[in-house]
Amino acid sequence: MMMNNVQAINDALTYEMGRDPSVMVLGEDVGNEGGVFRATAGLQQKYGKDRVVDTPLSENGIVGSAVGLALNGMKPVAEIQFSGFVYAAYDQLISHASRMRQRSMGRLHVPLVLRMPYGGGVRALEHHDESDETIFTQIPGLKVVTPCTPSDIKGLLISAIRDPDPVIFLEHIKLYRAFREDVPEGEFTVPIGKARIALPGKDLTILAWGAMVNVSLEAAKQLQKEGINPEVIDLRTLKPLDKAAVLDSVKRTGRMVIVQEAHRISGFGSDLSAIIAEDALLYLKAPVIRVTGYDIRFPLYRLEDQYLPDPRRVIVAAKEVMNY
Amino acid sequence: MIDDKYLFKLIKGETFNIVDQDGTANELDPHLPEDMLLKMYRMMVQARAFDDKALKLQRTGRMGTYPPLSGQEGVQIGSAFALAPEDWMVPSYREAGAMMVKGVPMKLQYMMWMGNDRGNHIPDGVNCMPVSIPVGSQMLHAAGFAWAAKIKKENCAVICYFGDGATSRGDFHESMNFASVFQVPAVYVCSNNGFAISMPVTKQTRSETLAQKAIAYGMPGYRLDGMDALATYVLVKDALERAKKGGGPTMIEAVCYRFGPHTTADNPDLYRQKSEVEQIIRKTDPVARFRNYLVKKELWDDSKEKALLEEVDGLVDAAAKEAEQAPPPTMEDLFKNVFAQMPGYLEDELDYFKKVSGGGQQ
Repeated sequence: MMMNNVQAINDALTYEMGRDPSVMVLGEDVGNEGGVFRATAGLQQKYGKDRVVDTPLSENGIVGSAVGLALNGMKPVAEIQFSGFVYAAYDQLISHASRMRQRSMGRLHVPLVLRMPYGGGVRALEHHDESDETIFTQIPGLKVVTPCTPSDIKGLLISAIRDPDPVIFLEHIKLYRAFREDVPEGEFTVPIGKARIALPGKDLTILAWGAMVNVSLEAAKQLQKEGINPEVIDLRTLKPLDKAAVLDSVKRTGRMVIVQEAHRISGFGSDLSAIIAEDALLYLKAPVIRVTGYDIRFPLYRLEDQYLPDPRRVIVAAKEVMNY
Repeated sequence: MIDDKYLFKLIKGETFNIVDQDGTANELDPHLPEDMLLKMYRMMVQARAFDDKALKLQRTGRMGTYPPLSGQEGVQIGSAFALAPEDWMVPSYREAGAMMVKGVPMKLQYMMWMGNDRGNHIPDGVNCMPVSIPVGSQMLHAAGFAWAAKIKKENCAVICYFGDGATSRGDFHESMNFASVFQVPAVYVCSNNGFAISMPVTKQTRSETLAQKAIAYGMPGYRLDGMDALATYVLVKDALERAKKGGGPTMIEAVCYRFGPHTTADNPDLYRQKSEVEQIIRKTDPVARFRNYLVKKELWDDSKEKALLEEVDGLVDAAAKEAEQAPPPTMEDLFKNVFAQMPGYLEDELDYFKKVSGGGQQ
């Protein structure tokens, strides 16, 4: 069935709630209104107010109570309205959700999915445009998923719900209604921790996730016209990372560009770069280059296009590694 | 069963009101000077015109997401008029009316909603913070700001605006507790407009009122008819004076109604009836109420109304035009404003930016 990302989320939730009565959805405006992006539209009508719950306005309240729900046998899929509002919930995420299994030495676990829109490029307000994946990947005990396509978003959301541990499910705002594709109906999963080759190539590897996959593919199209054939890898999951896929590609191409929307310092790209330095150094024909956001607060929207990595910047970096 | 004598009970107050919808004032009418009443009305009309213009700009793609204030002119203008220039304002994101009374130019406010970072640079001498978008997150700053004023023995108070949704967040409770423990000169104005996006206040909390939450923090709590600008002025003025005399903080729940959507990205038809909203507007519109009051005092008539509307339309049009023409900062300006001094790594990033973008100009 043809779906965009919002429809794929809705489809995954509808399917999984039908299959497993312990799955519930909670968050601000997710029930009666169906979510500010309509991702949960119709779920309350279908599954009732006990399973699709409009909560009071409190991110820490949502996450902390979802931890309790999860500890006592529910499978909460909690929504934070925009990732820029999740910071208030860090205490519960970091101090408890991520640690309960290890703290209890395996007696307890937190099967929580925390969904949130993230990323810029849609002329949004401050705090509605942030790319904050790294502040989750740094926390032991959290899985971090960043799907790009409608099929991946459905398959990974179902996998996240079935996962016994907390999963941060990051949905790029710009991709919500960016494109549609044929998404398998009914049972369909994509494994957490597996990357996808979005475009096969041999000359260099471009690593990306979220909206940067499309930016990289656009850059690749231009590069192909100039006789350069990049391989574009959509990581899909940041944690646990599909290290084998990354290393396999870079060992074949010998050249690597990492495209990341988030700020540069301590971004996820820094980790990728370190892994390549540790495990594939002798295969490299050029230094690894990161194309990233800058280490400034995401600008208000008049300047957002200057902040965000674009195909032009990816092409500059690609040529740099090719001509090294 | 435990005897009732062990049960703590709430003593209920009444809603503070002065002017009825038809413009009749009760015995609490402070009989403010005529020129002040006319200025208050003028600002209420201007706030609404600012709002209408913003909606038009958004609809035609000339402005990003905007949170309309219509329905909150009474609480915003009434409270802002109670402030002295030395008092500080800590606004939420829906306080354009209060901010323009405080002296934040309309042009700057439009610029901010038009995605221009310069719109957040409030001129020196205007004691107002930039708007805070995460709900209620500004409330603790108000406590700290007022705390500093107390330490420095400044003769000023801090007014902090927030909405009904904010009362569910930790920031609200933490701020109220700190303010009360340290007896700081802060006045908390909760614009209870009935909704946090789609969530009605009756589902936000089981408390009968928001005002009663103040009791838990050992602070006076009042419930105010927030559609009544005059009552708002009187109550806020009283709280500010108490704060400045060392009497500590006050919380005021101003009961109002959000006539429009949460923001231009919101569709209120999904969670409330249009007919009900129209009826509430007819019965409670704060701008109409203040006009009726002025008419009863023989200070206002149709010809004055017509002239005022024309004048404020001209003002908001001019502000919008200037805002659209105002250049945004350069990326270099943003780099320069991360720290007092730009560290080397940012200089490197800026050099790279200039190289890939051809100079840093838009």
